[in-house]
Amino acid sequence: MASIALSSVTKTYGTHTVIRGVDLDIADGEFVVFVGPSGCGKSTLLRIVAGLVPASSGQVLIDGEEVTDVPASKRGVAFVFQSYALYPHMSVERNIGFALETMRLGKDAVRRKVETVARMLKVDHLLARRPRELSGGQRQRVAIGRALVREPEIFLFDEPLSNLDSDLRMEMRIEIARLHEDIKTTMVYVTHDQAEAMTLADRIVVLNQGSIEQVGTPLELYQSPVNRFVAGFIGSPRMNFADLAAGSGTNGFALPAGFLVDGGQPTSVGVRPEALSIVAAGAGRMDGILERVEDLGHEHFAYIRLSDETIWVVRVAGRPPAERRNQLVGLSFADADIFVFDGEGKRIAHRSSSALPEGVPAEGRLLHER
Amino acid sequence: MSAKLARREHRTAWLFLTPLVVVMLMVAVWPLGRTFFFSFTDAYLDDPAVYGMVGISNFIEVINDPAWWSAVRNTLTFAVISVAIETLLGLGIALLLNEAIPGRGLLRAAILVPWAIPVVVATKIWEWMLNDQFGVFNRILISLGLIDHGIAWTASSSLIMGVVIFIDVWMTTPFMVLLILAGLQTIPGEMMEAAEVDGIPAWKRFWSITLPLLKPAIGVAVLFRSLDAIRMFDLAYVLAASNQNVMTVSIYARDRLISFQELGVGSAASTWVFLLVALVAIILIGALRLDRSAGE
Ligand SMILES: Nc1ncnc2c1ncn2[C@@H]1O[C@H](COP(=O)(O)OP(=O)(O)O)[C@@H](O)[C@H]1O
Ligand SMILES: [Mg+2]
Repeated sequence: MASIALSSVTKTYGTHTVIRGVDLDIADGEFVVFVGPSGCGKSTLLRIVAGLVPASSGQVLIDGEEVTDVPASKRGVAFVFQSYALYPHMSVERNIGFALETMRLGKDAVRRKVETVARMLKVDHLLARRPRELSGGQRQRVAIGRALVREPEIFLFDEPLSNLDSDLRMEMRIEIARLHEDIKTTMVYVTHDQAEAMTLADRIVVLNQGSIEQVGTPLELYQSPVNRFVAGFIGSPRMNFADLAAGSGTNGFALPAGFLVDGGQPTSVGVRPEALSIVAAGAGRMDGILERVEDLGHEHFAYIRLSDETIWVVRVAGRPPAERRNQLVGLSFADADIFVFDGEGKRIAHRSSSALPEGVPAEGRLLHER
Repeated sequence: MSAKLARREHRTAWLFLTPLVVVMLMVAVWPLGRTFFFSFTDAYLDDPAVYGMVGISNFIEVINDPAWWSAVRNTLTFAVISVAIETLLGLGIALLLNEAIPGRGLLRAAILVPWAIPVVVATKIWEWMLNDQFGVFNRILISLGLIDHGIAWTASSSLIMGVVIFIDVWMTTPFMVLLILAGLQTIPGEMMEAAEVDGIPAWKRFWSITLPLLKPAIGVAVLFRSLDAIRMFDLAYVLAASNQNVMTVSIYARDRLISFQELGVGSAASTWVFLLVALVAIILIGALRLDRSAGE
């Protein structure tokens, strides 16, 4: 059991800065997920915590003690890799128990521990096999078992499920969540899959180009992203954005009159696909051409062209939209679902929906004219 | 695949293989067959057309010759010691070069230099450097005060085997380094990192992970080098011609064949060399399990 603290951690490779001054506190027993686009530095940050990559500057603390210069082997952490990184020439049993061999526990104690862990991860019938005789899911279970058997203070996972197919990924996701509930060890988990991030995390850390954009619970990030990047990154399909036209807004997108923002200059807006609904042309807040519908069975994604550059996605749950392709349709949504951003992409709070009286005509609030 | 398709693929395969097979027949099978044939005759080199069949008496003559057995002893001594030193040294240097040290690329290129120099040239260079009067080696030892007059390294019968082994190690360790380095680079970095994070001490990481995974690469390298060492000719011949102390089996065969013009006995000796090499190859392949895949 241990907490983790990073303070002003940076990492540069040559002249290339990969991590830019990261400060982060992870509480004992917490499940924290790093998400961000590929190449943003998630793995590097996790490796800095593990001690596999030395930080260029800044400090790493584990359980309050500075470990910046402590080698990986002395940090008491366990690391699960995307590639599993199992020892190909050893049986599953030896793979799991290998780290215990130098701990002077005695053969029987090692075997007992390995068996307990193997049973827990449902690989106890595979103990005699070699890694290459296992499926991907089984290999990852063995890799997790190898981490688990040492009873580490901290678990670090680097995209452990990315090599698995989607069914298996979901199954393993649930097992990792259950594992965390059982052992309550601090876990840091890197993924680019936001479904994994949302379902596993106590808190999510959104990284972008080596900096932290926002740290918060999954719901916080979804409901109140601090900026356009986080708003776009959390949620699937991603949030629809539109730039506001300069000036009064007779042409292009504009905020409705009487829409109150708390300071700042609104320059763009966003609405999530699930907050939109399709109505008859003219009956919503703006009109567009229905270009395409993707049917996933239980939900449908309608692509609506609002202007030459702007296509918005609408998530339609349940039955597919009745409107036909290339038809002009209207879009409706609530004021509360509008996210407003300033010129630097920072989100600006607004108090429109409660402030506006009922019955104001839909047209003229957030409006688009073709 | 249908039987017809399979047949067509076989035909294509043979089409591609034929030129190679013809060349192999000409440069390997034909001379080997001739040698094998002559080893049963009493032919002389000045006129190979005149010969009579003598059965296996040439083979018996060779194994009754004390000089042959001395050559076998020399050859095996040379092979075992030089390959052992080259393997250990090669492993050590490869492990160093595999670390992310600055200037690694340059070092890797530099280490190849001894291997790129022709054997005769390298041997002559070392012969000069080890010369008892003019050699730089003795000069250094004298100026360090370790000896008071030059040692005749290449003339002394007790030192010459050591010198041959030394030069061979100098020349062919790069080959070992290269093969072992290639093996090292196939070991996934993340696996070693996993072991590191798991707190496995460095000696155990080397002993239980690196070495077992390196075994196939080391095995191939040892096999190549051993076969090379057993038929070694040039180095010892350039350095010491037919000096009894470093006469290898190849030099023995050459002496019988060329110096003594005995085509029959020389061929029999060559056949024995061939059998010796084959025997060592079979033993090594079996012992190292090179016919099995890695991690088996
Ligand atoms: N050893 C290295 N040398 C140079 N650049 C590296 C090295 N490792 C990672 N990088 C760079 O650092 C950035 C972040 O990499 P990484 O942490 O692996 O990203 P992520 O895991 O978020 O996809 C990338 O631009 C990558 O090219
Ligand atoms: Mg990564």
